[in-house]
Amino acid sequence: MTEQNTDVIQGTLDLLILKTLSLEPMHGFGIARRVEQVSHGVFKVNPGSLLTALQRLERAGWLDSGWRNTENSRRAKFYTLTRAGRKQLEIETADWTRRVSAIARLLEQEA
Amino acid sequence: MSIWRQATHGLRGFFHRGAREREIEDEVQNYFDAATAEYRSAGLSDDEARRAALRECGTFHAAKEEARSYGWENTVRAFFADLRFAWRQLRRNPGFATVSIVTLGLGIGASTAIFSAVNPILFKPLPYPNSGRILMVWSTWRGARSEVAFGTWRELSARNRSFDSTAIFEPWQPTMTGRDEPQRLEGQKVSAGFFRVLGVPPLLGRDFNATDEGPNKPNVVIISDRLRQQMFHGDTAIVGKTLKLDGDNYTVIGVMPRGFQDVLSPTAELWTPDRYDSTQIAREFDSWEWGNHLRMIGRLRAGVTRGEAVQELAGIAKTPWPQFPRPRWASLERGLVVDTLQDDIARTVRPALLAVFGAVIIVLVIACVNVINLLLARSSQRTGEFAVRGALGASRVRILRQLITESMLLTMLGGALGVVMAIAGVRLIVALSPPELPRLDAIHFDPTAFLFASILVALIGLAAGTVPALHISRNELQSGVQRASRRIAGTHLWTRRFLVMGEIALAFVLLVSAGLLVRSMQRLVSVPSGFNPSQLLTMQVVTSGHQFDDLKSNPGSGDDRRRRFFGQALDAVRRVPGVDRAAFTSLLPLSDDLPVVGQYGAQFDDQDASSGYTVFRYAVSPGYCQTMGIRLESGRFLDERDTDGAPQTALISESLARHHFGDQNPIGRRLHVGPRNRPWYTVVGVVGNVKQTSLAIDQDDAVYIPARQTWFADDTLSFVIRTRGAPAAIVRAVEHAIWSVDKDQPIVRILAMNRLMEITEAQRRFILILFETFGVVALLLAAIGLYGVLSGSVAERNHEIGVRMALGATRGNILAMALRDGMRLTAFGIGIGLLGAFAASRAIASLLFGTSTLDPMSWIGMLGLLAIVAALACWVPAWRGANLDPAATLRSE
Repeated sequence: MTEQNTDVIQGTLDLLILKTLSLEPMHGFGIARRVEQVSHGVFKVNPGSLLTALQRLERAGWLDSGWRNTENSRRAKFYTLTRAGRKQLEIETADWTRRVSAIARLLEQEA
Repeated sequence: MSIWRQATHGLRGFFHRGAREREIEDEVQNYFDAATAEYRSAGLSDDEARRAALRECGTFHAAKEEARSYGWENTVRAFFADLRFAWRQLRRNPGFATVSIVTLGLGIGASTAIFSAVNPILFKPLPYPNSGRILMVWSTWRGARSEVAFGTWRELSARNRSFDSTAIFEPWQPTMTGRDEPQRLEGQKVSAGFFRVLGVPPLLGRDFNATDEGPNKPNVVIISDRLRQQMFHGDTAIVGKTLKLDGDNYTVIGVMPRGFQDVLSPTAELWTPDRYDSTQIAREFDSWEWGNHLRMIGRLRAGVTRGEAVQELAGIAKTPWPQFPRPRWASLERGLVVDTLQDDIARTVRPALLAVFGAVIIVLVIACVNVINLLLARSSQRTGEFAVRGALGASRVRILRQLITESMLLTMLGGALGVVMAIAGVRLIVALSPPELPRLDAIHFDPTAFLFASILVALIGLAAGTVPALHISRNELQSGVQRASRRIAGTHLWTRRFLVMGEIALAFVLLVSAGLLVRSMQRLVSVPSGFNPSQLLTMQVVTSGHQFDDLKSNPGSGDDRRRRFFGQALDAVRRVPGVDRAAFTSLLPLSDDLPVVGQYGAQFDDQDASSGYTVFRYAVSPGYCQTMGIRLESGRFLDERDTDGAPQTALISESLARHHFGDQNPIGRRLHVGPRNRPWYTVVGVVGNVKQTSLAIDQDDAVYIPARQTWFADDTLSFVIRTRGAPAAIVRAVEHAIWSVDKDQPIVRILAMNRLMEITEAQRRFILILFETFGVVALLLAAIGLYGVLSGSVAERNHEIGVRMALGATRGNILAMALRDGMRLTAFGIGIGLLGAFAASRAIASLLFGTSTLDPMSWIGMLGLLAIVAALACWVPAWRGANLDPAATLRSE
């Protein structure tokens, strides 16, 4: 399934979902749209990968889910970040920052 | 926490599959609706909005499938689906399923059964704590292992620092009386540390201690739990009671735990301390204390290696004579042999067991190859199915998984059958097993054997699934359904051809080995035993009890009583109806009588003390040679004239006569057998050679002397009875005749001579039966494999055959073509097999008798047999090919 997921950098989908949900509970399409908008279209999320990732995160205990009505009164499955999920977000954020700064340092050195 | 969620969510998904799928479908639907709604609110029409959403999100079904396939429960579900499918596949091809399952069952069953027998003897630790530390110590004599003397053991145990404790032991066969019938029991005389070396103390009562040892101590025994159950009905208060053994009272001081196994004497039921006198060691070399008739074991101290112990013992063996006085025959100048107990008891059977194990593995490999061949044939028929699956999106891994599930199911069914066969096979092995096989009571189908079978199943299942799967390339999966399967079948056939060649090679290896063993057995049974074994009943009669002790006032009175008893018993036996002739002997040919007991030095009157012959000495009753059917070469047999007062007479064997006298006449010459301070025996006759220990061993020098003229009366004699009818019919009558003289004398080893001879060669026969069976099975399996491959090849060439026939080829041409094809495979297989068979024949060389490893009969015979069977296997498909209707085959294309 990750084979076709060329739109999002491998391994960052979880982080993007967690970050997005840390602001407010959201349904699947909302998450996809938010990721796309915030990244100015750099990241595109396909629904198959997204829904699979959501199931995975939920089973890991980082998300809760429930059916609720949307603002235009359509029923949708909303995902909420749990306390464990918030902690995981911190860990993954720290991890990401560390990697990025390491890569940045390497690139600077090259130059 | 998350594992818990994985499990609960997974289980929910598993059991409420519909609900979960609906939810995912709803969510995906929801997602698309939301996307569509967004585009619509951006001003697009319904239709355009939907199309835009699809463009952005991909197809609805792909997303649904992807989301749905998440989770371990889906892997499990796929597995069950595969399993169901595999089961249906098997049900659809009952012939294929039956043949495969039976073949695998045979292979797995046979190898597991043999493994069960080999494992406890060669590999499994002995049933003692830290059993690896128990060592066996032998002296050496003429390059072979020999027993040690009491004096030697005392020195070794006093001087060494390597052992926690050491012990000696020897066989003891006391007669228990005071019950219905006298019974001879198997036991051991041991030194006090025996059970401490083994590491198993008695469960009830106490162990032996140093005060039990030595002369003139109270008689005590430790008994086995089995004896307690059988004879004393599990009496728990047995400790302190007395048993009457050989006329003496013995106090039971202990009972060994149930399940205690004495690997040094598996049938031992009771143990008593030895009666050696350590004060004799320094005083008298000509005493029992310096006789080499004890075996010695020791338990290594923790942290001491075997190498260190060996070195220390070698040092002690070199101790100068003044510090360690010892007789010439216990000089230890050739050093000691030290082996672990496990290796020691397995030593004599190891080559045979390894050969049998190797043979059964070959059978197993052939069985697997056959099943793989069948699977390959089937998978070539299923190419269309795989192409459809590929077209519908199954990945190669997915198809591999399905194939492995199928082969695993097949193998597991075969394995289940194999386990059943192994359980039966183990029983069969125990029933057929030769008496030399140690640890017989440890041979059963145990968890280790089950594990072995399971590992076999797993390996075979994987191999049988993977090999066909390797032939399905990605390309072929995607190349569409319409492509003819010819090319794929072609590659399959090549693999199958190679596999069949391997099968034939392996079968040839087994056949040649079996052939060599058969030839050995033929040679062996054609060796003349020197007597006529048919309708000959034998039994051993033991004298025991104080009535045979010498009176102080009259030395020799005990011997007289013994002679009188045996004489009267023989007379009584001769009167039994159905007895043609009867006699007794101190040593029975081809029995388990220990050779050392019957071997003596013999010197003729023209030889001095330093020369002479080692001969078997038979103390016999008149009529012994006639009863046995031993040939008289010259002179006369021993008869009633040769009694106490008469001049001492002897018969010598032909080989002894030839060795010493060449062409001269030995009649009237004189010799000593045993002690030289006795009157000469005069040779009155020469009789034919008799095999004593085994048909395979040429030790024919023998001297027969009248039992009335021996220097001591043997306490155990074998009766030989030539019967008019079946020997078994008169056993009871003969027993009663002997007991009518004295009811307290046990009769043991009651066997017809034919049976006795079978037992003597049982190990050979055992291996032979196994190799013959395995050889036949291998031959059949290889033939089936060849038949299958050739059938496939002919079927594949239907079109070609049709064309050939249309162009004028005769049936004979086609037949010859197909036969040539099959026989070429056979020839290549045999070619490879020649090398393997050569190696195998060298490996079993020690099991052969009178047969060269290159015995032409075996090699050419088995080559011929294999070729004939292969030709038969090829004939059927070749015939089928030759009878094809060319018009029909060409039309079908």
